[in-house]
Amino acid sequence: MTILSATLAPTQTVDLAASTVRELNAALHQAADATSWVVDNPAGAHNIAVGIDRELEVTVNGHVGYYFAGMHQRGKVTVHGSAGVGLAENIMSGTVHVTGDASQATGATGHGGLVIVDGNTGARCGISMKGVDIVVGGDIGHASAFMAQAGRLVVCGDAGEGLGDSIYEARIYVQGAVGSLGADCIEKPLRAEHLAELAELLLAAGRDDDPALFKRYGSARTLYHFAAANSHSY
Amino acid sequence: MTSSYASQGLRESATFDRAVINDIQRAAETGIYDIRGWGAKRALPHFDDLLFLGASMSRYPLEGYREKCGTDVTLGGLNALEPIKLAIPITIAGMSFGALSANAKEALGRGATEAGTSTTTGDGGMTPEERGQSKNLVYQYLPSRYGMNPDDLRKADAIEIVLGQGAKPGGGGMLLGQKITERVAGMRTLPVGIDQRSASRHPDWTGPDDLAIKIAELREITDWRKPIYVKIGASRPYYDTALAVKSGADVVVLDGMQGGTAATQQVFIENVGIPILAAIGPAVQALQELGMHRKVQLIVSGGIRSGADVAKAIALGADAVAIGTAALIALGDNSPRYQAEYEKLGSAAGFYDDFQDGKDPAGITTQDPELASRLDPIEGGRRLANYLRVLTLEAQTIARACGKAHLHHLEPEDLVALTVEAAAMARVPLAGTSWIPGSTGY
Repeated sequence: MTILSATLAPTQTVDLAASTVRELNAALHQAADATSWVVDNPAGAHNIAVGIDRELEVTVNGHVGYYFAGMHQRGKVTVHGSAGVGLAENIMSGTVHVTGDASQATGATGHGGLVIVDGNTGARCGISMKGVDIVVGGDIGHASAFMAQAGRLVVCGDAGEGLGDSIYEARIYVQGAVGSLGADCIEKPLRAEHLAELAELLLAAGRDDDPALFKRYGSARTLYHFAAANSHSY
Repeated sequence: MTSSYASQGLRESATFDRAVINDIQRAAETGIYDIRGWGAKRALPHFDDLLFLGASMSRYPLEGYREKCGTDVTLGGLNALEPIKLAIPITIAGMSFGALSANAKEALGRGATEAGTSTTTGDGGMTPEERGQSKNLVYQYLPSRYGMNPDDLRKADAIEIVLGQGAKPGGGGMLLGQKITERVAGMRTLPVGIDQRSASRHPDWTGPDDLAIKIAELREITDWRKPIYVKIGASRPYYDTALAVKSGADVVVLDGMQGGTAATQQVFIENVGIPILAAIGPAVQALQELGMHRKVQLIVSGGIRSGADVAKAIALGADAVAIGTAALIALGDNSPRYQAEYEKLGSAAGFYDDFQDGKDPAGITTQDPELASRLDPIEGGRRLANYLRVLTLEAQTIARACGKAHLHHLEPEDLVALTVEAAAMARVPLAGTSWIPGSTGY
């Protein structure tokens, strides 16, 4: 961080009260690596900072709408506020951090990278996640980690109904209560390697929660093949 | 066989015929529904039920061997900075690597490129083979988002948001374990060998208001360069087309129930959705009412086999068609050449639809390296290009006979229907009358 700051060009500020989202995104897509951007007055606009593939540091002051940092590939994007549906959907790598709450489908289908929400998220957090790591400081809504394929979902608060329904190989860590587990999702032992990866994820998210207080959930792998015996679950 | 039994006075039930008896007994044995490939196999009102009137006294034809009949089409010019320009209005429908072998995907790309048209990825992402061999490649954006990544999005020539397909409107994908090889599993981030389920709804949007934001996101990520298609399975084409346009689609892709699938429950294939013949009219009506006909392009698919089908679809108002099953047949699917091997699988040439099993003797719907190696992508590409040329020549032949200097000049007035059903569905008069059931009086 310090090294990066020393080489940064002067921070560029974009006021979305005066510029369009299209102009902002076009500028971010062509920005030089290791530059720093501040976005003011987002006013809940959709599709801010989508498709970033540069080593940028972007800070947004205010609330953002749907698909903030969608398909993010590189750099770190921070929202000082809350985010709408599909925060960092299909993120590939890099970091997206929201200091407030996030709506539904946070980190949906993300292939990599880290999504941090300091507050709560709505339903379907981590739906169809494919390798992304998601750390939520508060609670998450129902049907989260539905069909989650890979990656880690860390919930420091509670999880809603149907957690991890039809989950594949993703790992879920929840510190608080779970409303209910979805089909084929079970509690699993929290072994040393899990404590270690959980500690790393919490550290990366800037949190000091005790990993030992979490429970781990994952796939029972009983629905991996279509079979007559599974018909009650279909 | 049937006739010899009939000659002995035996009577087969029309309700419980031998296929139905087999279905019931198979269900009783296994306890799980039947999954198969191909599209609807039942008889349906189709383009065969329409005829062109041709020219005579009141209209005069174009000279077949001298006067040009244009075939080009531009897709996505409404909003995209880089619309797709195709030499022919016959595209290759979305089919996944996974469902098809890498060789088959490459062959489709080669054939499409040689004929001047586009090909389309499928559920499971973009392979270098098909990107490399496809001048115009449409990248599907599906509920599963398997293999979806922004680099491929930027490499694509257009993006097709898939809401459904004709074989299973409202259904998600499936790919059985036999075909989930290491490469397929890796591209989809799944364990090798599992029976893959795909979601039927997109994970991060529902409804047209969300879709409008999603389309805007994809435009933003690709700097507004790529046309955005929206693909729907034919069920409520009037409303779905209108809502796709409202959501900002550049192109609407409408797939009828005859459209193929790699693996779907048979009960779904045969009982959900409507035939393409019944879907084009309402979709065109929606576009016309919005003032968007020919501005937002309409691509239709589901049972296109010949240049006559192409011409009829365009005359009803489509801008282009897509072929899937026919393209696979052009590559060699269900060829009598493999009769003995089809029989070993309990099937026969002309009947084989077990695409889900991955044992395709023609090497198309398989991930088995030995079987896949039977399809030479260069030869396959040549065959597909030939077939596309024939479709184009046939459609031009008909258009010239109707006096049209471009395929897009074909119009519903050039058509009549052979059956009352087809007249009602296609909204053209019953032959010899001026009667369009549902539109005009008796």
